[in-house]
Amino acid sequence: MAAITTSPDHVHGHENVDPNVSYLEASKGIGNWLVTLDHKRIGVMYLISVAIAFALGGVFALLVRAELFTQGKTLMDANTYNKMFSLHGVVMVFLFIIPSIPAALGNIMLPIQLGTKDVAFPRLNLLSLYVYVFGACFGVYSMINGGVDTGWTFYTPYSSSDPAHGGIGSASSVIPMTLAAFIMGFSSILTGVNFIATVHKMRAPGLTWRRLTLFTWALYATSIIQVLATPVLAITLLLLTMERFLGLGIFDPRLGGDPVLYQHFFWFYSHPAVYIMIVPGMGVVSEIIATFSRREPVGYMAIAVSSLGLALLGFLVWGHHLFVAGMSEYATMVFSALTFLVAIPSGVKVFNWVATLYKGSISLQSPMLWALSFLFLFTIGGLTGLFLGMLAVDVHLHDTYFVVAHFHYVMVGGTVMGFMGGLHYWWPKFTGKMYAEGPARLGWFVVFVGFNLTFLVQFVLGSRGMPRRYYDYLPQYELLHQISTVGSWVLGLGFLIVGVNLLQSLSKGKPAPRNPWGSAALEWMTPTPPPLYNFVRDPVLTRGQYDYHLASDDELYDGFDDPMFPSRRGHLAEGKAHG
Amino acid sequence: MIGMVAIQPQRSNWQLPPAMSDTAAPVDSTYSFIFWFSVVFTVLITGLMIRFLVKYRRREGVKAEPTGHFNRLEIAWTVLPTLFIGVLFHVGFSAYIRNATAAEGATEIRVRGKKWNWEFEYPSGDRVPGELTLEKGRPYKLILSSEDVLHSFFVPEFRLKRDAVPGQYSFITFTPTVAGNAQVLCAEFCGTSHSAMLASVKVLEPNDYQEFVKTLGKCTGTPEECRPEKWGESLFVKNACPTCHGAGGSGMLAGSKTPGPKLAGIYNTMQPLATGTSVMADENYLRESILRPNAKIVAGYNTVQMPAFVLKDDQLDAIIAYLKSLK
Repeated sequence: MAAITTSPDHVHGHENVDPNVSYLEASKGIGNWLVTLDHKRIGVMYLISVAIAFALGGVFALLVRAELFTQGKTLMDANTYNKMFSLHGVVMVFLFIIPSIPAALGNIMLPIQLGTKDVAFPRLNLLSLYVYVFGACFGVYSMINGGVDTGWTFYTPYSSSDPAHGGIGSASSVIPMTLAAFIMGFSSILTGVNFIATVHKMRAPGLTWRRLTLFTWALYATSIIQVLATPVLAITLLLLTMERFLGLGIFDPRLGGDPVLYQHFFWFYSHPAVYIMIVPGMGVVSEIIATFSRREPVGYMAIAVSSLGLALLGFLVWGHHLFVAGMSEYATMVFSALTFLVAIPSGVKVFNWVATLYKGSISLQSPMLWALSFLFLFTIGGLTGLFLGMLAVDVHLHDTYFVVAHFHYVMVGGTVMGFMGGLHYWWPKFTGKMYAEGPARLGWFVVFVGFNLTFLVQFVLGSRGMPRRYYDYLPQYELLHQISTVGSWVLGLGFLIVGVNLLQSLSKGKPAPRNPWGSAALEWMTPTPPPLYNFVRDPVLTRGQYDYHLASDDELYDGFDDPMFPSRRGHLAEGKAHG
Repeated sequence: MIGMVAIQPQRSNWQLPPAMSDTAAPVDSTYSFIFWFSVVFTVLITGLMIRFLVKYRRREGVKAEPTGHFNRLEIAWTVLPTLFIGVLFHVGFSAYIRNATAAEGATEIRVRGKKWNWEFEYPSGDRVPGELTLEKGRPYKLILSSEDVLHSFFVPEFRLKRDAVPGQYSFITFTPTVAGNAQVLCAEFCGTSHSAMLASVKVLEPNDYQEFVKTLGKCTGTPEECRPEKWGESLFVKNACPTCHGAGGSGMLAGSKTPGPKLAGIYNTMQPLATGTSVMADENYLRESILRPNAKIVAGYNTVQMPAFVLKDDQLDAIIAYLKSLK
């Protein structure tokens, strides 16, 4: 560990902590986990929570697709269907995708990648988790109470005009669900504040801003959005609740309000929130591509700055959700122009990732497969975003399945692929177990095929005029709907394979070595699984985290078990013999 | 005879529905431009990616080349896309502005969205639900409004969409160029029967359109079809009453209970009201319930909001005759 960690004069041990005991073994019992201040344990608990949410949201998605298998009624009535797609959206957005990478993988890896013991405010970190769980309880209460049928966007006046008080809108359990999103917003803000402080104040000696990992840069950019945008959502949802509960006229024209105002408020948060979802995924992909190409990402600073650029631009483009909603032509023009600017930082990232492969030493292990499919699917998701930025085309495509397909290519093809890649990439590090590579690749393949089968046809459905959120449809759309539904079964099967394989590794997996992928980054320089305070000795960086040409063989090849690099096994055995 | 429109062969491809108005061509050419632009970039990026994956796959003894600095490359792939998106913005915006500008002397039609049907009001003041009849070659300006929640008026064949927002007006302008049938869909989620909020568009040749105008608001069928109960039945369907009251007022739709109460067999019976009293369902009650639906609400339906309907007296008489005939 010569080049990256400490020389003896930097050693000062952590009191009462045995550096040879991993964080998983440091203390036992569920009680110890529930009050832990360790960022890795909090991250693992987040991971369990978002995995449950993902499964729940996935079941809702499968039910939605199943209902659409035939024209007319297939399984459920219209009201139930409307609740299913609404709950799918609410659960996936607020309970799964927003906390998925930052709060789960970010919590586990960020302090290690910074070479520090924990986040800046460990108690606040635990509070974030409990606020999230508290908010989720409201969501579950709403579901037990009948759920919501407003879509995840809660558009007014449908959401805010309660028939129980003489209104004309939804009779479903709207208030508990908006409160759930309101409360979970605080969790998001607290995590954001914590991460910003951690990146600014807790970096290890030698870890300059230019040596941060791109995952850290991505989390930093995401945290800025979380802190700045989430309060607007909180205010909006509170106003909605007050209108529904107290009859305060803000959005409902029958009470003197303006429904388009709600859309401006909502998307002022929810468009930046799209970048809360995708930017961390981009960070994960940068890590994986670097490791499995054994090369510093081309345009490191360009990728880092483009994360910040996306965070900034994300605040200026909310109006593109309102092109047909009643904005002036002038506002429409400005928002279209600003929307196109998003293509620049996104494009810069994609070009840099592809260029990183050039003259690399590329291994196609399962994390890399997820990362490469991110690259392909995000390219499609991004380019179809250009269709929607072009005003004339958006008028036709707005609120059709084209939009549904577009954002699933970005959110699932992008973020979920990134999340799965990150999960497979860091799984050995934080669980201490290797999963079986064969089933991991199979799971990836089935997901990839299922995903494209489900969503590629939805572009055509949309451009041919099929509106979204439709319980029933015209006969000409049936075939494409059926292909999409069959695709959803394949997709579901793929995630099942992935989940089972990962869970099986916990009991049956081989112990993971320190650095199974041969990465030069800091988190792979500490034992697997890491000790309670992450490092045996406080690290000092004398090289960058992607400097493969400067990293020593000991750093790179301790446990490196690449099936495509057989001769290294000999080297390893030799090294072990010497050690 | 009106409405006898032969479906003409229309330009259509696997991605887009037939084009039936002057607003479709600018959208289609823009769509095709961005489609091929995207195809080229997808192939380029994926092709390079696959080539690198093959060429630089990990091999024994071959190390990755350390990454250098490529400032010119970085500048190139920042500046070039900036130029590209400038072009894309321009193409999309010019087509949009062209379609957003109304022709001189356009005929104005009021379009009202309400849960869950569309109502069209012609310059003569006649209101027709569920069916919009237009003259080929005549410029139109649709004035959209909503009586309850958000709706969105979407005609794929015209490539046009605009939200109907309660409390304000919005506009769509176009000239139909092809005679035939098109489809109105609601594109903004509006509750239980959102996906049933459809209407048909008929574009007629000028001669047929003159015939249509003469019959606006009147029964147009054979004497048998124009018997009050029969005409009432067709008005019941066109006004989308079955969406909430079921086919034939049965209170059932596709095996589920409808949002509104059953109507068959209620004539001349006592109906319990939400207020706890009862009312005799006679002609006057039926008439009031169509014109002012919230005056007397049937017990159990006080959370359902039926929109008010504006109909001519003979139309009302026909619908009441039909309701009386339902058993």
